[in-house]
Amino acid sequence: MSAVVEDIQKPEPTKPLVARINWVKASPWLYTIALFAIWEAAVRIFDLPYTILPAPSRIFAAFYQYWSPLWKNSLQTLYTTTLGFLMAVVGGLALGLFIGWSKVIYAGLYPLMIGFNAVPKVAVVPILVIWFGIGAVPAMLTAFLISFFPIVVNVATGLATIEPETEDVLRALGAKKLDIMLKVGIPRSMPYFFGSLKVAITLAFVGSVVSETVASNYGLGNLMSSAQSQFNVPLVFAGLLALAVEGIVMYSIMAWVEKRMTGWAHRSSMSH
Amino acid sequence: MTHLVSIENVDMRYGGASGTLAVADLTFKVDKGEFAAVVGPSGCGKSTLMRLVTGLHIPQAGNVIVAGQHVTEPVSIVGMAFQNPSMLPWRTTLDNILLPLEIVEKHRKRLRAHKAEYVEKAEHLLEVVGLKGFGSKFPWQLSGGMQQRANLCRALIHEPQLLMLDEPFGALDAFTREELWCVIRDLHAAQDVTIILVTHDLREAVFLADKILVMSARPGRVLREHRVPFARPRDLEITYDKAFNDVVHELHGEIANARRAA
Repeated sequence: MSAVVEDIQKPEPTKPLVARINWVKASPWLYTIALFAIWEAAVRIFDLPYTILPAPSRIFAAFYQYWSPLWKNSLQTLYTTTLGFLMAVVGGLALGLFIGWSKVIYAGLYPLMIGFNAVPKVAVVPILVIWFGIGAVPAMLTAFLISFFPIVVNVATGLATIEPETEDVLRALGAKKLDIMLKVGIPRSMPYFFGSLKVAITLAFVGSVVSETVASNYGLGNLMSSAQSQFNVPLVFAGLLALAVEGIVMYSIMAWVEKRMTGWAHRSSMSH
Repeated sequence: MTHLVSIENVDMRYGGASGTLAVADLTFKVDKGEFAAVVGPSGCGKSTLMRLVTGLHIPQAGNVIVAGQHVTEPVSIVGMAFQNPSMLPWRTTLDNILLPLEIVEKHRKRLRAHKAEYVEKAEHLLEVVGLKGFGSKFPWQLSGGMQQRANLCRALIHEPQLLMLDEPFGALDAFTREELWCVIRDLHAAQDVTIILVTHDLREAVFLADKILVMSARPGRVLREHRVPFARPRDLEITYDKAFNDVVHELHGEIANARRAA
């Protein structure tokens, strides 16, 4: 018996390196590196000209060479996107609460919203330019227009799916519509709201860059379109890479906010 | 003896004049302090009955009188508990239980100033149902049976005169269910509360109730009223007595007949 106990108490031998790495944490980095490695290898093996598909090494070189304009325009795009996104958060939340308030409003406005969302936002940009001139304002508004739809739909859905039993219990106690909304509807729709922010922020980037490409003298969209007209393909790809990085960073911030604000939803039955 | 609930010749039809008739000529009375159980085939309008008594539905014909008043809007003297505990997952169990106090007119004004007093009351209720110390837990940290206990506390926190239970133990396992029968039995004995229990479980009805209303198939009306003859306090052992099972058997036959008639 005692021999067995001693056996257990022996210090564990140091695990091999493979077992000590947290593969789940490491895998995003490994996969990214793998993507670039395969890309680099493919370009070299097939000997593709850089005007068709530049190798990552070439793109990073362009990054280094054009660091200053890339940085400035990235900040510009981040700025317009974030402002448009914030407008979408405020507007989307307000409209979502309004739509979710009653079945009649929900039924009446939903088709309009769908129709509005189906309109390609790139077709709206010229109208915005007529109204506001070229520059940051149309970019901001396009980011707003494209990203507020998922927020509205999610908030309205959260409100519209209150369990009837909960509503009965409260109504029997004399609760007014406002009570039910404040005590149940709004807290309940918060996970949907914060979840929609992740979708909305990536869409906001699409909106602002589309607008910058068509009608602006600033931003990554404009940088890429002028690089393209000069056949500076590595710079175009450097712009795309910068956008991807901004998108990932903003997405992670939204995911973090979601987790902080509505952690309960990940544990309760509502997330199923 | 005063009737707390009095339903007289009530018709309730859903969806306009050509809609389905859920209950027709429904008549029954429940005395103050009485424990009534409602049984019947499925779709017999038991949920409609709940909603009529609580004022969530206003009938097209007949009278619904609760606590001496014609019901024309939700009556706030009731507490309700459904099969689905419907606890709000972002509130702790204690805050869930306190929720009705934030709604009921009488309490919401003094809740802030007298919070400690109400919290103490909620803690006491938690203790009564065997959930002492679980107030700070979130509902999703509790088992189904524990959530249902908390649900009972929420239904009772504002000291309702009338407690409406709609199959509260339907989703629980047999042992937990019997435990909660005893919780309800003791609550009824200790507090001056009238209870209407809607259930499919005939043993549950016979064990708990003073009076059992058997309803017909849709459109629902009361076919028969049984007095349950067993003395209180009742022990779980009586559910194995012959007399007890005879009553259950008789009820079973009546409901089977009502189903056939449909």
